[in-house]
Amino acid sequence: MLNNIYNIFFIPEIFLACSSFVCLLFGLFLKKNAFRQTSNLAVFVLLFTIFLVYNDSESNFANYKSLFSHSSFINFFKILALLGSIASIIISKDYFLGIKLKNFEIPVLFLFSTLGMMLMIASNNLMSMYLAIELQSLSLYVAAAIKRDSISSAESGVKYFILGALSSGILLYGFSLIYGFTGSMNFDDISFYLSKYDNLNLGLIFGLVFVMVGLAFKVSAVPFHMWTPDVYEGAPNSITGFFAIVPKIAAVALIYRFCLVPFENFYLEWSQIILFLSIASMFLGAIAAIAQSNIKRLLAYSSIGHIGYILIALVAANDDGIKAASIYMFSYMIMNIAIFAILLSLKVKNEYLINISDLKGLSKSNPIVSLSISIIMLSMAGIPPFIGFFGKFYVFIAAIEQELYVLSVLGVLASVISAFYYLRIIKIMYFDESKSEGIINFKISFQSKIILFLSLFLIICFIFYPSLLINISASLTI
Amino acid sequence: MIDWPLVSVIIFLPFIGALIILFIKEDELTSINIKWAALLTTLGTFILSLILWLQFDYSNPSYQYEEKFRWFDDFNFFYHVGVDGISLFMILLSTFLTPLCILASWNNIKKRVKEYMLSFLFLETVMIGMFASIDILLFYIFFEAVLIPMYLIIGIWGGNRRIYASFKFFLYTLLGSVLMLIAIIVMYRNTSSMSIEFLQGNYFSYNTQLFLWLAFFASFAVKIPMWPFHTWLPDAHVEAPTAGSVILAGVLLKMGGYGFIRFSLGMLPEATEFFIPLIMTLSIVAIVYTSLVALAQTDIKKLIAYSSVAHMGIVTIGIFIVNQQGLEGAMMQMISHGLVSAALFLCVGVIYDRMHTREIEFYGGLVQRMPLYATVFMIFMLGSVGLPGTSGFIGEFLVIVGAFKYSSYVVIGAAFGIILSAVYMLYLYKRIIFGSITNNKLADILDINTREKIILIPLAISVILLGIFPNLFLDPMRLSLELIITNYEIANAK
Repeated sequence: MLNNIYNIFFIPEIFLACSSFVCLLFGLFLKKNAFRQTSNLAVFVLLFTIFLVYNDSESNFANYKSLFSHSSFINFFKILALLGSIASIIISKDYFLGIKLKNFEIPVLFLFSTLGMMLMIASNNLMSMYLAIELQSLSLYVAAAIKRDSISSAESGVKYFILGALSSGILLYGFSLIYGFTGSMNFDDISFYLSKYDNLNLGLIFGLVFVMVGLAFKVSAVPFHMWTPDVYEGAPNSITGFFAIVPKIAAVALIYRFCLVPFENFYLEWSQIILFLSIASMFLGAIAAIAQSNIKRLLAYSSIGHIGYILIALVAANDDGIKAASIYMFSYMIMNIAIFAILLSLKVKNEYLINISDLKGLSKSNPIVSLSISIIMLSMAGIPPFIGFFGKFYVFIAAIEQELYVLSVLGVLASVISAFYYLRIIKIMYFDESKSEGIINFKISFQSKIILFLSLFLIICFIFYPSLLINISASLTI
Repeated sequence: MIDWPLVSVIIFLPFIGALIILFIKEDELTSINIKWAALLTTLGTFILSLILWLQFDYSNPSYQYEEKFRWFDDFNFFYHVGVDGISLFMILLSTFLTPLCILASWNNIKKRVKEYMLSFLFLETVMIGMFASIDILLFYIFFEAVLIPMYLIIGIWGGNRRIYASFKFFLYTLLGSVLMLIAIIVMYRNTSSMSIEFLQGNYFSYNTQLFLWLAFFASFAVKIPMWPFHTWLPDAHVEAPTAGSVILAGVLLKMGGYGFIRFSLGMLPEATEFFIPLIMTLSIVAIVYTSLVALAQTDIKKLIAYSSVAHMGIVTIGIFIVNQQGLEGAMMQMISHGLVSAALFLCVGVIYDRMHTREIEFYGGLVQRMPLYATVFMIFMLGSVGLPGTSGFIGEFLVIVGAFKYSSYVVIGAAFGIILSAVYMLYLYKRIIFGSITNNKLADILDINTREKIILIPLAISVILLGIFPNLFLDPMRLSLELIITNYEIANAK
């Protein structure tokens, strides 16, 4: 019960919203070092929000029951999103200072979009879900275009905005159809209403399909992935890092909750869509990445492929599937944090690294860095003993539990194809002879070093004590 | 017996050595320290694995030196390792060959010594771990982790087409093993157990067995390799550095045979019965076809690579006729091939280090300048041919004896392959060793030095030892193999 008015400020979302405004004002009134100070403050705000989410009991949220829900699954993904934001703010700080992009609004934008993601994950109502999505997307549109004097950054921002707005429109149309046919916006009410029927009527199916399209756009599943490589490529590297790490977490949680809460009884209807999205994403992600020469585009396609695997677990739609998704998402986040922490510190001839071929000779000049990149790549390819393997392993356990044999076989085949381009990066670093040595410069701040070290530690050492994460994810309920 | 975790120590000792090497700074002077550290670690591992053999209980068919810890809380996955008669010699083979490999690369690896030794030590850990695992998930993790160091060894220190070869090796084997992953999960789902020991039996319905068998086949047939999945092997062998080829031929190919015995025979007996004709056909095609291909090679390493495929064909025949002689023969053939082909690659390495070519035509008349080399090469060549008194004979003989119980057509095929193997090996030997020196560049080639003697002589001794006292090796494995055959017969008698 909410018997003390002060408690309201300790609801994580409200705390985060208020502190984001405080950060904004803080940055505004600072004369010197505004960017750095605001970033530091933002990290502390997020850390405290994690603490609040961790201690958040159901009673605090009771007043918002119709709009937001509360479960262990939601909390897990909220904490994941917050951790991802913290890591990406820390690792991108030096990069922003390096390219002289010192707007203090950037961490504030990250805060607002993280707030939007937390609300997205928790939303239990079509309306709150839409507003949350818009909050996080609008912040991201601005973030993508933040480097105003660069044409590519502006282009990526506009592209993201136009396609994002289109998908939001489609999503909203789907919502209106669902609302029109069920008479309710609330997930639980929709579920209750639908439980009376054996099959969906045409209007609801249309609604469902439209919502699926909108959500597929948000998680960048094929064939709604087109924005991803372009936006990744155009945005400043650190913004790309944020895009790769955080919004995916929220969008995946959202698509899980949307499929498994209001439409849980209509597995057949939505699973066909997800099945297609999953297979298409895995294969397109694997094949399209082969031809990329830009590391950001490659990571974009790699993230599309990873989404395909997470959607396999959604098709499985059982407890193992939820477990698999949370383990996979965790490993995905860790691997992306690690790779971006390295990319944001690598300079080739005083430019930040873009072309994969510039990695040539890295193993000579920076053996530790190239070893780390190799480990991350092998982990992304799902080669044991690294964490990425366990993500895939749990996904396939969930799929086989549901007797999805063909899907599992297709999944492993796609993983073999994708192994090719991950190996290619190792090949460029180790096998290719480089003529010009010493042009690659690796300079990393102490804080990013800690983040990098922690994430590498998790990637390598997960195998020794997997139970910690697995027990947590096994206890999650949607 | 032994109250400390011997098997885990053997598995992780090379890994600890690798960690130590990681912290040695590499430069001109210290690279020798790295080599010594690697050599001592691997020698220590070898000595420990000898204890494994000495303390081995011959009258116990199941696993010994077991260690079991809970690994995953939610599923029945354990860190469960142990050794039985089948894995004992595979582990010994790995620990025996790795120090020789390190010695063989003592002088000819000049760039990135540190990474090279790291790869080899990591490779040794995963190889031993794979043979010692009793939990299938653990087995799988080691099985796939082998790809990482081997990919680097071929790709960094290999020959001209090393990149092509390393990618082909990695992707081919990965494709096979991911299908095995699916099969493993299906097995777990049906039985809620991942213990190799527990699953030895007949737990799956006939149709499930067929699919599982095919998935395992995809993995092991690529690894062993069987015709027509062998095309990665000649590339990988030719491009890999000498030590890489040694490990590839000596141990990695045995992973396939080991997997066939453990998984196909042990866990899927009814499906095995169904697929025997397929295996026999593929094996005979492999033996005859690759022997003929070997005859036409101009590159020494490629010739030995193709001969490996032929020898592995004998192994698969031996395994899948499923009787005592056949299985014992297959095991002996695997051990023998592990020693002989490793030694042959090392012999090629000896002359390659001096002349930097592997073309057969380049050589000729080496016996004039390198008499000692000609002698050891002859021992290994004869071992490969299967002359009585060498290790190759025991394996081939037992397999043929066993095959008579199955079908005499198979025997004809296998025997034909053995004759062909004599043809291509003797022809190879004649061309590079006999005659007078016609190539002026060979005029002052030196005979094998002390380091090479240290490498080759133990191998020669063990080849002959295996040929004269086969029971030394057959006795420990006999009961474990009997257990598998009994299970197999019970399952198929129904």
